Amino acid sequence: MLNFLARRVAATIPVMLVVAVLVFLITRLTPGDPAAILAGDAASTEQIARIRANLGLDQPIVVQFGIWFGNALTGDLGESFYYKAKVVALIGHRLEPTLSLAALTIAIAVLAAVPLGVLAAWRFGGWFDRALMGFSVLGFSVPVFVLAYILIWVIALKLGLLPVQGYQRIADGVLPWLYHLILPSITLSVIYIALIARVTRASVLEALGEDYIRTARAKGLPEARVLVGHALANAAVPIATVIGIGIALLIGGVVVTESVYAIPGLGRLTVDAVLARDFPTIQGVILFFSFVYVLINLLVDLSYVFFDPRIRY
Amino acid sequence: MDAPDARQYAALSIEAAAVVRTQSVWERVRASWSVRLGGSALVFLVLLALAAPWLGTVDPTLFDAGSRDLRPGAQGEITTLEGETVKHSFIMGSDSLGRDIYSRVLYGTRVSLIVGISTALLALAFGIVCGLASGYLRWLDGILMRVMDGIMAIPAILIAIALVAMWRGSLLTVVVAIAIPEIPRVTRLVRSLVLSIREEPYVEAAVSLGTPTVKIMFAHILPNCIAPLLVQGTFICALGILVEAILSFLGVGLPPDIPTWGNVMAEGRIHFNEYPHNIFFPGVFLAVTVLAVNILGDGLRDTLDPKMAKKV
Amino acid sequence: MTISRRLAGLAAAAALLGATCAAQAQGDPKVLRIVPHSNLAILDPIWTTAYMSRNHGYMIYDTLFGTDEKNQIKPQMVESWTESPDHRLWSFKLRKGLEFHDGKPVTSEDAVASLQRWGKRDSMGIALMTFVERMDTPTSDTFRIFLREACGFVLEALAKPSSNVPFIMPKRVADTDAFKQIEDYTGSGPYSFKRDEFKPGDKSVYLRNPKYVPRKEAPSGSAGGKIAHFDRVEFNLALRDAQAQVSALQKGEVDIIEALASEHYETAKKDPALVVPKIANLGLQHMARFNHLHKPFDNAAVRRAAIAAFQQEAFLKAQVGVKELYKPCPSMFMCGTPYASTAGSEIQAKSNMKKAQELLKASGYDGTPVVIMKPTDLVTITKLPDVAAQMLRQAGFKVDLQAMDWQTLVGRRAKKDAPDKGGWNMFLTAWQAADIASPITMAALESKGEKSSWFGWPSDTRMEELRSQFMRETDEAKKKKLAEAIQARAFEVGTHAPLGEWFNVTVGRKEISGWFITNGNLYWNLKKGAPSH
Repeated sequence: MLNFLARRVAATIPVMLVVAVLVFLITRLTPGDPAAILAGDAASTEQIARIRANLGLDQPIVVQFGIWFGNALTGDLGESFYYKAKVVALIGHRLEPTLSLAALTIAIAVLAAVPLGVLAAWRFGGWFDRALMGFSVLGFSVPVFVLAYILIWVIALKLGLLPVQGYQRIADGVLPWLYHLILPSITLSVIYIALIARVTRASVLEALGEDYIRTARAKGLPEARVLVGHALANAAVPIATVIGIGIALLIGGVVVTESVYAIPGLGRLTVDAVLARDFPTIQGVILFFSFVYVLINLLVDLSYVFFDPRIRY
Repeated sequence: MDAPDARQYAALSIEAAAVVRTQSVWERVRASWSVRLGGSALVFLVLLALAAPWLGTVDPTLFDAGSRDLRPGAQGEITTLEGETVKHSFIMGSDSLGRDIYSRVLYGTRVSLIVGISTALLALAFGIVCGLASGYLRWLDGILMRVMDGIMAIPAILIAIALVAMWRGSLLTVVVAIAIPEIPRVTRLVRSLVLSIREEPYVEAAVSLGTPTVKIMFAHILPNCIAPLLVQGTFICALGILVEAILSFLGVGLPPDIPTWGNVMAEGRIHFNEYPHNIFFPGVFLAVTVLAVNILGDGLRDTLDPKMAKKV
Repeated sequence: MTISRRLAGLAAAAALLGATCAAQAQGDPKVLRIVPHSNLAILDPIWTTAYMSRNHGYMIYDTLFGTDEKNQIKPQMVESWTESPDHRLWSFKLRKGLEFHDGKPVTSEDAVASLQRWGKRDSMGIALMTFVERMDTPTSDTFRIFLREACGFVLEALAKPSSNVPFIMPKRVADTDAFKQIEDYTGSGPYSFKRDEFKPGDKSVYLRNPKYVPRKEAPSGSAGGKIAHFDRVEFNLALRDAQAQVSALQKGEVDIIEALASEHYETAKKDPALVVPKIANLGLQHMARFNHLHKPFDNAAVRRAAIAAFQQEAFLKAQVGVKELYKPCPSMFMCGTPYASTAGSEIQAKSNMKKAQELLKASGYDGTPVVIMKPTDLVTITKLPDVAAQMLRQAGFKVDLQAMDWQTLVGRRAKKDAPDKGGWNMFLTAWQAADIASPITMAALESKGEKSSWFGWPSDTRMEELRSQFMRETDEAKKKKLAEAIQARAFEVGTHAPLGEWFNVTVGRKEISGWFITNGNLYWNLKKGAPSH
């Protein structure tokens, strides 16, 4: 087990290195000039050149990469060109909103999707099954921001049930935090409900075809026990996989949701940083996200041990 | 969005239906309800896109400040480049510059379909090459898979945003930016197929007979890839159309004078509450198109069991 | 049974949630929540000319002089001043009781150091410093400026209301290199900056400065008494979606939107819970700027043809749309400012498309495409390039409209390369009245060729002569004549094209009162009454 862990962790190092190089290249092979942007609307060309030197942008690319990566290994992701703050501090500020949004979204998605999927598999071919399949395809097809605008208009404005925008820190009270987060989470969870429900349905369906199910039913176990205790438990591995993928992929939806609901999270930070050609922040945030993705994959792999005792490392 | 990967898994596990040996695969494909529905919707959209100039549209870039923010169905005026003022019925309303939404939506169909199909083709092409190379050339495999893992570790939308914002937003940039994060998955798919098919006895036989590698690739391996790649391709296409809309919405998509559904919605977001038609009409077209492609993909996947693909 | 109990429980929880938070939505009467027009990234208002940094500066700093709503210069931190008969020696005495937020008194050394730093970055400051021989501080509350020759704009410079504003900072802060951003945000203004609550891209917070001694006069423009009634002011930097801003204001989640997109103007006026106060006598002006270094706009005749094609009404209608918010004005200096005139403006005001087409043919235009840069993310100017492109095409130009975000545009317009090598031919922008009210502040007029400090780089020795004379002139009547000559020359040479004037719309909840003519965005004197529901 420890052997496996060690090997897996070691395997992530070359991946992170590749990510670092890719991320650095993406930002450097660009025609935008952060020095000119920072200098402001009325700056002269000499002023811009001075700022460029200050930021170290006149060094050769390899040197710049070396400096940046070396610092990153010690936890220093540099200072943002745009805000005068350390990238690590910026990420720290923005972590809570994004994590909260992601956590609540996954929680809603799993709590809604798994029962739906189980139900659809149980009543395979029936109207519920077809309805769920239809809804799930629809869930993939509507862009998040369209759904967001519709929900805001109906629920926040017309019905006045929830706020239109904003994020409240947990430290200022759990109820306001939840109040502001419900609508964005519901908006974002639709895609994941669709995805998780489908995979749940598929895997439970497969499990239901197995012999041990017939045995369990023959033993006279209540159907609920059969479904949850046996079918779902055996279907857990693929479901966990897709939840893992879903968590790691929340970034895409988070970016748009944070934009519409004015949540000051990491997704917004990245978009703003990209538009401002704020290289250190772009590099830092993408590196951070990739690291999280790799970490989650590792955790999901480990969770298989928990779900499926046959899997041993 | 990683829906294709999970569904790929599902295809390999359960949703591959029981074999019906009496029909050939393609007959089954054509008989599938999903394929018919999705396919015909797509054909209809393609026809719509091609026929756009003759369906009562005007130049989608023309605007007239006097006709701004008209409700769907209103009458207004458009000034052409030559300076003439023409009366026009704004079936889907006009945006805040006075451009005709109906024209922009119809012409936008072209762009969205082109983006979706190009993205899929590009991702498939590169993925096939990398997958074949990776599967065949052991020394390349290690490095290539690490690079692919690296690309997959970076959230796709961030790669897309970064790439499009860095270079000028053009059709090529957007297509490349959306395709790049999809290449690793295709590569993995092809690579795993290569690795498994290589072990088959008839391939071993071909190798021992001295058949050149290229011939093996084309005669044995690629035909078995067609089905899963086709399925994967449709999902990439759906994704491409969606991501283009998201990029435009965030302001990092195609230039605003190119009419795309995403651009129309992005401009309309300023006053969604009063003038929802800016988002409603392109939104419906977008949802229907992506839905059609997804349904088509579903149908293809359900009927093209990879195990059956050998019989093609 | 269980289901209905669970539902009842859920309903109760929802009600509790709603009640807790609805109360919050009204907002604490002691807190003012503002949605500014853009994100606040740079906290040093000398280092950048960005209006957002300037607005931030007005919260926490004070100025020596202010400019009131009628453009009159009024003392602010200064108690009294004298000017020698030969206009070469100026002496200023500071008011009593001025203190920085850390409790230390404001001294003349702080004032001088601040002016010197400002004089290294600001265009008017730099111009002023070419006249200055030295400055000294005979006592802790007086300072003097010694000029080499008479300068006609000393007080205008010290009272400059818009970017860069000569804010007064502590000497230790003002001694920071002018090309590095400051790190200490101590000021002496009506609010102080709550640094630990500043979250970039999220919010910035200002607390009332209880030690601030406002002047006795009523507030007007950047002059008069700056009384802070709120304990706390928050700038909401996270809310950037225009529709979400309006929805939030309607629900009472924010109190003021600084820059309302004109699309929402009608809604705002009709909504009984909102008010659109009149806070400006002077608005902003759109302008189109040529790149004088490359074809086709290196030819004055081609520039004039473009100016002739640019009918202001079309731009205003497309970009602003609401008739009561805009008006065409032939003058380059905003209508309503002292130096406004119609000199030279016939080329645009008395033209039409036919004339423009003729002028273009006569100019020998060779078909080089005009590269216009369009910023997609600034709602207040994003439509202008489309109109410009359409008009140029109608006049006979070839146009290449390139879209990008504002940050890219700002980077690209600094480049002097040829348009097809990453340069540009034209961009469009907007200026606030204060920034273009005189030949010294209007950056677009500087015609030193490539040495000009603003982008576009026109080159004209006659223009520079006229500007130089203007800077030295102290007689108001002669200044007006010179300004007319300068404007006439500007139209003749085609430095840029004025595209009409418009008002920015600020909207607030009905509970907010105390609005005054700011000619900008200033947040003192405001109060919040009882919530309306």
